Amino acid sequence: MTPEATLGQSLLSVEYQTVSYVTGPLVFVENVHDVSYNEMVAIIMPDGGERSGQVLEVSGDMAVIQVFEGTQGIDIDTTRIRFLEEVAKVDVSPDLLGRILAGTGKPIDGGAPIIPEKRLDITGSPINPYCREQPADFIETGISAIDGLNTLVRGQKLPIFSGSGLPANDLAAQIIRQARVNSGEEFAIVFGAMGITHREAAYFMQQFESTGALERVVFFMNLADDPTVERLLTPKVALTVAEYLAFEKDMQVLVVLSDMTNYCEALREVSTAREEVPGRRGYPGYMYTDLSTIYERAGRIKGRKGSVTQLPILTMPDDDITHPIPDLTGYITEGQIVLSRHLHRRGVYPPIDVLPCLSRLMNLGIGEGKTREDHRAVANQLYAAYAQGRDLRRLVAIVGEEALSDTDRRYLHFADDFEKHIIGQGNAGRSIEDTLRVAWELMSELPMGELKRVRDFIDKYHPTAGENATAKA
Amino acid sequence: MILGTLSKITGPVVVADGMIGIKMYDVVRVGAAGLMGEVIRLEGTHATIQVYEDTSGLKVGEPVESTEGPLKLELGPGLLSSIYDGIQRPLPVIASQTGSDFIARGTTVSALDHEKLWEYTPVIEVGQELVEGDVVGTVPESPTVLHKVMVPPGIKGKVTNVIAPGSYTVDAVVAVLDGDKEIRMSQWWPVRQGRPYARKLDPTTPFLTGMRILDTFFPIALGGNAIIPGGFGTGKTVTQQSLAKWADVDIIVYVGCGERGNEMTEVLKEFPELEDPRTGSKLMDRTVLVANTSNMPVAAREASIYTGVTLAEFYRDMGYNVAMMADSTSRWGEALREVSGRLEEMPGEEGYPAYLATRLAAFYERSGRCASLGAEERVGSVTMVGAVSPPGGDMSEPMTQNSLRVTGAFWALDTSLAHRRHFPAISWTKSYTLFLGQVRPWFEEEVAQDWADVRERAMFLLQKETELQEIVQLVGPDALPETEKIILEVARMLREDFLQQFAFDAVDAYCPPKKAYWLLRSILAFYDAATQAMSRGVSLRQIMQLPMREEIATLKTTDHERAITRMQEMVAQISDEIAGIEVM
Repeated sequence: MTPEATLGQSLLSVEYQTVSYVTGPLVFVENVHDVSYNEMVAIIMPDGGERSGQVLEVSGDMAVIQVFEGTQGIDIDTTRIRFLEEVAKVDVSPDLLGRILAGTGKPIDGGAPIIPEKRLDITGSPINPYCREQPADFIETGISAIDGLNTLVRGQKLPIFSGSGLPANDLAAQIIRQARVNSGEEFAIVFGAMGITHREAAYFMQQFESTGALERVVFFMNLADDPTVERLLTPKVALTVAEYLAFEKDMQVLVVLSDMTNYCEALREVSTAREEVPGRRGYPGYMYTDLSTIYERAGRIKGRKGSVTQLPILTMPDDDITHPIPDLTGYITEGQIVLSRHLHRRGVYPPIDVLPCLSRLMNLGIGEGKTREDHRAVANQLYAAYAQGRDLRRLVAIVGEEALSDTDRRYLHFADDFEKHIIGQGNAGRSIEDTLRVAWELMSELPMGELKRVRDFIDKYHPTAGENATAKA
Repeated sequence: MILGTLSKITGPVVVADGMIGIKMYDVVRVGAAGLMGEVIRLEGTHATIQVYEDTSGLKVGEPVESTEGPLKLELGPGLLSSIYDGIQRPLPVIASQTGSDFIARGTTVSALDHEKLWEYTPVIEVGQELVEGDVVGTVPESPTVLHKVMVPPGIKGKVTNVIAPGSYTVDAVVAVLDGDKEIRMSQWWPVRQGRPYARKLDPTTPFLTGMRILDTFFPIALGGNAIIPGGFGTGKTVTQQSLAKWADVDIIVYVGCGERGNEMTEVLKEFPELEDPRTGSKLMDRTVLVANTSNMPVAAREASIYTGVTLAEFYRDMGYNVAMMADSTSRWGEALREVSGRLEEMPGEEGYPAYLATRLAAFYERSGRCASLGAEERVGSVTMVGAVSPPGGDMSEPMTQNSLRVTGAFWALDTSLAHRRHFPAISWTKSYTLFLGQVRPWFEEEVAQDWADVRERAMFLLQKETELQEIVQLVGPDALPETEKIILEVARMLREDFLQQFAFDAVDAYCPPKKAYWLLRSILAFYDAATQAMSRGVSLRQIMQLPMREEIATLKTTDHERAITRMQEMVAQISDEIAGIEVM
């Protein structure tokens, strides 16, 4: 093979026919000049087809390229490489709403081509911490366990930790369908699907089309049989579009990323192919940094109206919350929503186990003027009472229900009703007022003296407080 | 000038050729964009460089230029109330200079404001002999902090010229020694090198935090160090922020190392508004923030904790007590691991480089209580509190274990306490401190003679509770004798009325050591009287119904002075009151 570069058809760019080594998703090209790190490349296949890739490493006159669509069919002799002289970019335009695109940002719904208003670098830059605005407004997801107990706030990143076989996708679809901001500002959803199966993709499509949600969704779809490396671009492309809609078009954007586990697997695959030193469980040592460049792209900026809120979904391998993927995620995100296999088996939908859940920014988005004055107190009371009920369940297993006091028995039933009515709301959406109303109904099952944390609001909201007062009078 | 060319680029690590004469850790400007980097390996004329900014778009063959010196900080008036990134670039200036809300690459901004005028007052005269570390003049840097302009290390001589009192910028030459050695209002210091001091002193004054569990059970000394490990959601950041707000020190350096952007926003929003409880001015007036969030470049994250500690040492040299919070050191360790991986070094435990322990030890050893250089000694201290984020909450991982070997206190955060909403979620069974012997005399002098005994008895009861709980879980509470049931009740009081503290309550957020002591005394006095009464045959139920018990629970949120007076009365009366209960 001659290591000389041959001039291609285009006068603007040089094509190289100097591939020397191919492994996994990587191609090594020799004798290249003027190649920059992270530059995009086009790979012209022996059969004339074209694939895309990105420069991972430049060393002297050699470049390492990761190929997005896989290396099958690439040969040493005739494959040509063209460097595109720009880093990965995506075309953005407000017309993206309602469209379905591939993980790389190309439309795949057969619709009209997108006329780009801008072409943006998908890596983005970190928001200057000084320019960030503190998240402060409520987003209604229509799910009681989230809205009522672990409120999502604009600019927050709140992941859903799921397990295989748990209905995370149904929950995601439901949230996309129901989510709204109370203020009536423009609201959009960017959905980045990574490594989902055709069945799941079809489910989402059908959900969005049947409910009419699609018109406010930008749907990026990377399927399980799409090339692994393309998966590494999907969240970045999705977030670039989200940032554009939020910070340039003043929209409130909710980004749903599913499934981050597939993304991390892709990261590990590429890292291994590059023969990098592995960290925990074979995942690369820079996974924390890599994930943070995705999750940290949520937020608000001083002086701009829009916001980017993230709801990443990940599958905990073997339901293990200490696995590197949920663990690193938990260290970056502002809380987590955890799905429980136990609740799922009992037929509770959505099976959200509220005890390990947390929304770190909840207090910023609730209260008078945002949701309702009693929100914090109600959440605290529900948490306390449910935790007590759960503790009692364990006790009952040993001593039996007869040994409990009357109050304890009420707590025990409260825990059951809580799972049935507050958490297990089913497919219907609930406004925050409805959630609080159901919560008060449930709390009224408990003796009035036990409702210490909502004491200040009993007169106003307790469903039977008024009646008691009249009865006494 | 040393000028080379780029020959290899892999992520944040690049290699340059032709770097003849370059030294390890010299700072270089990489590529046409002038990205800042630092030499971390030399091989012939090849220099391996970690770049503090994103390297996308760099090309082989671009120039690499040396600045002929290591990473240095500019130290002078104006540091306080600043917000820097990991390599001392002020974030507000980056924003105004670039006009962007995002951090653009290759931005060069100076750390101090070179136009601002400072009110300078010299304290030396012509003809005086000065040595390194001597104060030449003062500047009121903030309403509460008097900045002392010092002779930089390595310089001495006879004063030949002194500037008159007046308003000057940080570039002003404020004194000249021996006719040619100029001393400016600001000086430079390399971050990876500890600032010199005359000698280290024994740390004997406690670092008061206002948190009862820390001040009473696990105190550290000014100049000491501690780590706070805990899984996510256990309250590391809340604890760190609460320390920064309430700790009884002159200066706070808060390093947000690889953490959340929104959390830094919270600090940035709160600190300028919060009042310093000790001086009444704003908290921000005594604070320097270093913010390198997790998505900012990893090499700058590695540098950020050195930037923080150098700033802390600078104020220590002026004779101030400085506390440095690093949140989180695990992110720094990970940055080290990431760069080490790119260098293809042989990995140690869990992929961390084998020199992790050495680096950690060198870092934590920069804390301490020191006598400064200079003819007239000043005593200052740097106290370090490092958060650790162990993966999966598993404390056996290398960062936690290596940190434990070099730090003096372990404030372990406990997930199960956090789930039970017991805050601060610091475990009293796992935590420890090695400073007790050193700070005990102070507490005995300033708080109470029997401080150590009271502390020990309370600890014993909590320990006993843990043992009893194991029995209770097996056989139920009814199986315990009354004398042990009362221990469970008293331990519960200790947990709820003493250990739990409301960070958001106006009174309870800060608890002076004296109040903490009296709270313990009252609970213990209650226990003593109760055991005595029970030996007469009084039932546990009767004792638990005493109004005094309810009252103790309210005391932590009662005004400090009033609560202390009330508790002193209670301790005096408690045995009579309980003795008055009739056996039923």
